[in-house]
Amino acid sequence: MEKKNIKFDNNRNAKTYGPVGEMGDEKKGTTRGSIEIWKKLFRYCHRYIAVIIAAIICASVGTVLMLIGPDKLSEMTDTITNGIMPGSQGIDMDKILEIALILVAFYALSYIFSAIQGFAMATVTQRVSKEMRSDISTKINRLPMWFYNKTTTGDVLSRVTNDVDTIGQSLNHSIGSLISSIILFIGSLIMMLKTDGIMTVTAVVSSLFGFIPMFAIMGRSQKYFTRQQKHLGAINGHIEEIYAGHTVVKAYNGEAEAEKAFDEMNNKLRESGFRAQCLSGLMMPIMNFIGNFGYVAVCVVGGAMTMDERISFGVIVAFMMYVRYFTQPLSQIAQAMQSLQSAAAAGSRVFEFLEAEEMEDESGKKIKLENVDGYVEFEHVKFGYENSDRVIIHDFSATAKPGQKIAIVGPTGAGKTTLVNLLMRFHEIQEGEIRIEGIPIRELSREEVHAQFCMVLQDTWLFEGTVRENLAYCTENVTDEKMEAACKAVGLDHFIHTLPNGYDTVLDDQISLSQGQKQQLTIARAMIADKPMLILDEATSSVDTRTEIQIQNAMDELMKNRTSFVIAHRLSTIRNSDMILVMKDGDVIESGSHNELMKQNGFYADLYNSQFEQSA
Amino acid sequence: MLKLLKNFRKKEWIFAGISLALIILQVWMDLTMPDYMSEITTLVQTPGSEMTDILIAGGKMLLFALGSLSASVVTAVCASKIASEFAAILRSRLFRKVQSFSMEEIGRFSAASLITRSTNDITQVQMLIVMGLQMLIKAPIMAVWAICKISGKEWEWTLATGVAVVVLLSIVGICVMLAMPKFKKLQMLTDDINRVTRENLNGLRVVRAYNAEGYQEEKFETANKNLTGTQLFAMRTMSFMMPSIQLIMSGLSLAIYWIGAILINEAQITDKISLFSEMMVFSQYAIQVVMSFMMLVMIFMILPRASVSAKRINEVMDTELTIHNGTRVDGEKGKTGEIEFRNVSFRYPDAGEYAIQNISFTAKKGETIAFIGATGCGKSTVINLIPRFYDTTEGEVLVDGVNVREYDQHALRNKIGYVSQKAVLFSGSIRSNIAYGDNGKEIPETKEIALAAATAQADDFVEKTEDTYDGYVAQGGANFSGGQKQRLSIARAIARKPEIFIFDDSFSALDYKTDRRLREALNRECKAATRLIVAQRIGTIRDADKIIVLDEGKIAGIGRHNELIQNCEVYKQIAFSQLSKEELA
Repeated sequence: MEKKNIKFDNNRNAKTYGPVGEMGDEKKGTTRGSIEIWKKLFRYCHRYIAVIIAAIICASVGTVLMLIGPDKLSEMTDTITNGIMPGSQGIDMDKILEIALILVAFYALSYIFSAIQGFAMATVTQRVSKEMRSDISTKINRLPMWFYNKTTTGDVLSRVTNDVDTIGQSLNHSIGSLISSIILFIGSLIMMLKTDGIMTVTAVVSSLFGFIPMFAIMGRSQKYFTRQQKHLGAINGHIEEIYAGHTVVKAYNGEAEAEKAFDEMNNKLRESGFRAQCLSGLMMPIMNFIGNFGYVAVCVVGGAMTMDERISFGVIVAFMMYVRYFTQPLSQIAQAMQSLQSAAAAGSRVFEFLEAEEMEDESGKKIKLENVDGYVEFEHVKFGYENSDRVIIHDFSATAKPGQKIAIVGPTGAGKTTLVNLLMRFHEIQEGEIRIEGIPIRELSREEVHAQFCMVLQDTWLFEGTVRENLAYCTENVTDEKMEAACKAVGLDHFIHTLPNGYDTVLDDQISLSQGQKQQLTIARAMIADKPMLILDEATSSVDTRTEIQIQNAMDELMKNRTSFVIAHRLSTIRNSDMILVMKDGDVIESGSHNELMKQNGFYADLYNSQFEQSA
Repeated sequence: MLKLLKNFRKKEWIFAGISLALIILQVWMDLTMPDYMSEITTLVQTPGSEMTDILIAGGKMLLFALGSLSASVVTAVCASKIASEFAAILRSRLFRKVQSFSMEEIGRFSAASLITRSTNDITQVQMLIVMGLQMLIKAPIMAVWAICKISGKEWEWTLATGVAVVVLLSIVGICVMLAMPKFKKLQMLTDDINRVTRENLNGLRVVRAYNAEGYQEEKFETANKNLTGTQLFAMRTMSFMMPSIQLIMSGLSLAIYWIGAILINEAQITDKISLFSEMMVFSQYAIQVVMSFMMLVMIFMILPRASVSAKRINEVMDTELTIHNGTRVDGEKGKTGEIEFRNVSFRYPDAGEYAIQNISFTAKKGETIAFIGATGCGKSTVINLIPRFYDTTEGEVLVDGVNVREYDQHALRNKIGYVSQKAVLFSGSIRSNIAYGDNGKEIPETKEIALAAATAQADDFVEKTEDTYDGYVAQGGANFSGGQKQRLSIARAIARKPEIFIFDDSFSALDYKTDRRLREALNRECKAATRLIVAQRIGTIRDADKIIVLDEGKIAGIGRHNELIQNCEVYKQIAFSQLSKEELA
């Protein structure tokens, strides 16, 4: 792809996605927006709705059982106190046993239900995450090419991993705890009210004392956390930049400058980090204090009331527990809300990607090309990128006859690569027509168009896999003979045999291939795919000229009897073309064979000669 | 991990000391509270107690609760102060250390790894310190103290607590043991997902051209399935932990009450009430003990990760620099701009073979020296020795008649204008990029910047950019094309006004015409400077004063174009591959 096309969206490029999972730092949109996202997330989960409901029920039952616990425990204490009161018959041990056994049963059931809940939620969230990842992966291949001009690879990657993980984890943790917290909160309130009114008021009022400052702190700390993430992102960006440009920093004595910028960012990060950490560190102590405060309040008021014989001592014991049950869920709810918020932020990034406009659906296009000779016409083609007024190709017309070698030359940014991208239907033309064998390519499915061309690009794209997998790629039923023949043709067969496992050697960091060998592999891959036409886009630019000679034979072999489109920087490689199209600023300004163009003494001749002229 | 603590300054130690004292205070207060609780309980139970007594006891307990709150608030502030200061110091020391690295050390770690070490790893350590100061110190103190407090009581209760702790530790232990290997594997599987996705994204055009979308998606599915399977196991295992802990806590309370009922039942009448209030207190302590063990377990879960990070940070900190600074600032008089290689050989660290061998040549002031040869023949290596990115293995490199090892590195690099193979731009403005660095002279003015840009053939597009010289440059120069970036980086070298220019294959991103115009401009504007050019194209170098042909790290020929074309086989091959015979003639 021409580098120029990456210009559109600087902000996105400037945004750094540091290695730290710094997602969910921006609060996205309005409440309505986040409701939308929840609806979408919910739609994702709908297959598991039965499991989710079961989990919710389990959580509720588990919590209710847990809540009844203190009630029973208080009964137990009462039985004991009754037993030790002067004049009593001693403790009613049968009753103690009975209560204890009930409690054991309750705790066991509560355990089972909570465990089922946790297990179910873990399963659902992981399955949903998996589906989301799969959907993103398929989506990648359904988006138009231009989409990637404004998105960086890192950005898409972070959506597949970080964002989906954030969603999975926060849903996993927060939904369960949110439900049980709410039930715990409401339940303990009910249980308290049921037990004693005045004591309830005491517990609630004393808890409120703590919660007001806590919520105030939480609001503030969120702000500092966002700021901390921002500063962390900034410093990561700076570090990345300086480390990556280490030679230049050194060569230009830029260390002092880099350190100055670093120190500034570091100070900011230290400041915001301190505040965020500090505020969030206050949460636990305050929580503890609320617990203790409630405890004292309950004890004192309760003590006073027991003295007046208005309540039994067991009530105090029960309230000691209820106070904790009542204060605990509030902070948990707050935490769950926070984590759901980050899930929503991550969700909005995932859905933004999943909902991006796809390429046209082509299931209706059934035309199949057979016996393709390689007759290609461009007629008044006009093209500019979506969302951009700039026209890249103005008015391009040309005809390639079967078996011809068409070369496209011109300065950077002239639109050479764009042209072959149009031919491959990676982009859709705005006006004019491109025809293969007389059939407009827009009437063919993209797959059908791709099936007509072998393509070799400047970036030698190999993946971690065996040599065989890399060569066959997705061509089916490739025989070993065919593979070896192709490798012999590109002069690679011998080398492959020297590899530890021959064709089954896995290409990874251990195996170092030279640029030339990589290119030979991709040419062999194109040969094996064996399609009617050929596109070479700067296929030899990153190879030194001596290696190029070796590859050239392979290329000539590949071009035999195929209509070929060749883009080249080095004019030496295309001198023997049947037709050379000279492009400048999106137009063909000259065309003809090498000799004709040299005679014209125009732009091409100038370009060609400039490589030999001695500078004055 | 402990080694990293050496980076604490006095201030941090003081804060840590304060935290420790406060934590002890806090534990004391937390553990005294149940005594008051017990007092309240007894008071309530004893007929005829005064309400004021209960209030006094309650007030005292509240006082302790408040004290504990303030102590922990101050601890939290101290801990965050220490952690953020410490992280800042560590980050800054690490950054400066990496700055002082030569290419050799950078290569040993790889830039990507150094970035993670400077950011992510430090964050991990910072997290541990915040948590650690509050929990790692508090938990054992709490546990020991609480155990001491309860150890004098009935052994049955102690036994129950002991059993609870053992059960807790074993359940958490089993969960962690089952899940930990999976968590470790998880990282690898996530990398797989990343790899396959990146593969698809980078090869977008190939994937589509080969109609291989389905093939890639299948690959992704496999990786996805593996990841999900492992994640499911880990998450499911961990989902048992919280309910288990809950169960143990509730169970322990129940056990203490149950045992208490039996004990009280069998006790003497007079002991009954005191035993009862002891039971209440004991149940509180027991929960504290279990909680402290919980905290310890949690610390041990994050400790391994943080200690790996700490180790990785230490590795960088402990790296000895291979290049030591000299003191010399000026070269020999009369030899300004002269470069000499004397029998230089160089081997990359850990490499078996020499990258370059026996290189000798001299470049005089104002000369243009070109290097040509196949990829991997050692061209870049040769010129990287001049600014001392690496030190020679054998032989010596002289700049201005003085061995580069004797120079102060800043002084040496002030003589040189280096342009790398891959253009490097920094985020900022065009001006800040061209005027980048410090060459011991004044910061170039707009006029000089414009002149440098014009020489580098960058003025035309710069002037078309919005805000011209103050135009925005994105990180890595992402908003410029390859050729534009390269021209800006050449302008940066020119603006430095060096004695020596080094162009490491810096012209290949330019088309022939721009390439030629740029060389012409250089000849005109920077006549006095010595120029070293590494190139691929014969056209770029054919008018050089001296062409050095390299083949597998050795010199295969030195001379002018016309001489080499006659008598150097390697050069001839390169030339013929680019030009036809007639053109060469």
